[in-house]
Amino acid sequence: MNPEYLTALILGGLTRGSIYALIALGYTMVYGIIQLINFAHGEIYMIGAFTGLIVSTVLTMHGMPGFGVVFFAAAAAIIYACCYGYTLEKIAYKPLRHAPRLSVLISAIGMSLFFQNYVLLAQTSNFLPFPGLIPDFEFWKPYSHVMSATELVIIVTTAIVMVLLTLLIKFTRIGKAMRATSQDKIMASLLGINVNQIISITFIVGSATAAIGGLLIASHTGQINAYMGFLVGIKAFVAAVLGGIGSIPGAVLGAFVLGLSESVFTGYVSSDYEDVFAFLILVLILIFRPSGILGRDQTQKV
Amino acid sequence: MLELKNIQTRYGKIQALKGISMHADPGEIICLIGANGAGKSTVLMTICGITPASRGDIFFKGKNVTHMAPEKIVSLGISQVPEGRRIFPYLTVMENLDMGTFLRKDTKQIKKDLDYVFHLFPILAQRRHQPGGTLSGGEQQMLAISRAIMSRPELLLLDEPSLGLAPMITRQIFDIIRKINQENRTTIVLAAQNANLALKLADRGYVMETGTITLTDTGKHLLANEAVKTAYLGI
Repeated sequence: MNPEYLTALILGGLTRGSIYALIALGYTMVYGIIQLINFAHGEIYMIGAFTGLIVSTVLTMHGMPGFGVVFFAAAAAIIYACCYGYTLEKIAYKPLRHAPRLSVLISAIGMSLFFQNYVLLAQTSNFLPFPGLIPDFEFWKPYSHVMSATELVIIVTTAIVMVLLTLLIKFTRIGKAMRATSQDKIMASLLGINVNQIISITFIVGSATAAIGGLLIASHTGQINAYMGFLVGIKAFVAAVLGGIGSIPGAVLGAFVLGLSESVFTGYVSSDYEDVFAFLILVLILIFRPSGILGRDQTQKV
Repeated sequence: MLELKNIQTRYGKIQALKGISMHADPGEIICLIGANGAGKSTVLMTICGITPASRGDIFFKGKNVTHMAPEKIVSLGISQVPEGRRIFPYLTVMENLDMGTFLRKDTKQIKKDLDYVFHLFPILAQRRHQPGGTLSGGEQQMLAISRAIMSRPELLLLDEPSLGLAPMITRQIFDIIRKINQENRTTIVLAAQNANLALKLADRGYVMETGTITLTDTGKHLLANEAVKTAYLGI
């Protein structure tokens, strides 16, 4: 066994895990607060990447230097994705707040298809080249073939986002209100918390992390298309279920477990069966530990 | 302070309240008694806008709050200790108390109030870093009342504060309710099946039966009333 090869696989797995984590957060937060699997979440991530592409292309055409392009593209992608996330909830989920869960789920799948086809129409069905927004510097001279600068940036950015999010959820007024709302909406509103506002904030935060994920993966792979959100979205969903849906640390843990095991599996067994492997993991979890690694017991109190 | 005029509330096709009229003056303790399912909890939830009234009007401090959102209503100075306590199970005791102050900005007074509830219930101070869900029933009730105190209400609604508690703790909780009423002139509306203790505490009482008020009088008179005695006091 070649240690350098294994190291590369592990680092690749961490990179993948980071992206999954950024998207899985949105799934798990939304599920935590309104018990909905937001199937349109992967599309928010795709829209983030497209916005990044459009803005960075326009800015580069106007001769803006690299750093400014990265900053404005990222800001635009995040703001745009947040607007989509916010509007999505208002249009497709809020009117169904008291409807059966199945109706909301179907609405979510509908929005997912709508977003895909909307981007198909507005853009193109082809893969579009995505500019390498992250400068390719050599930070680790003799080992640069093991880990690229992009991978490093992805892992570091994810770590920063995680820390900020943890601080937000654990210590701020809004964060505590989010946790309270996810545990008991009626009691939360009896204490003066505007539950609808908290739900909107949850969608906005989830969309922001998804947009960051979209930008990072697009500059890593160098190409995007309208369907990019689908598979990654589903895999991030698997990660969220793996960790225990509704749990934020669970989603991050699940994402890294999935990313690492996929990467090692691809490296040592076969890359053809990569997706099969991810879903095999999902099936196994659902059989042996339905509430996930860190999930709370699903026993319903009556 | 609080006035309900001919309030009707429905859960889908079922009419839970069939025209309730009642009022509470500043500083009063009002008690709602009635059997399970009489609609006591619905009255409290309707006041807070959780199950909005389909007909009638509710006035709080002279303002019509009938069609306002719950968070707007409670921001006017109402706090509720709901049935079943509704402690946030995965928030710590401290965080649960923090949520009580969600609408407040007077940091200094909040600190004083925190000392006050820890003085009332020292056990909560000991358990402040423990998740709310790990407390015993009595401790959860103390936490629910403390959380309501932390929001400094002018009107405190209490739903079955003694349900499922040991007699010792029940007495302690009723003592504290009286204390809150006397020290802060907080108006209190108390819904209870344990009519004996509640009527002793209350200035006035309303007797409820299947969504209507059948009788109202002072606490003393209700305690002496033959019909109330047989139906709710088990004498």
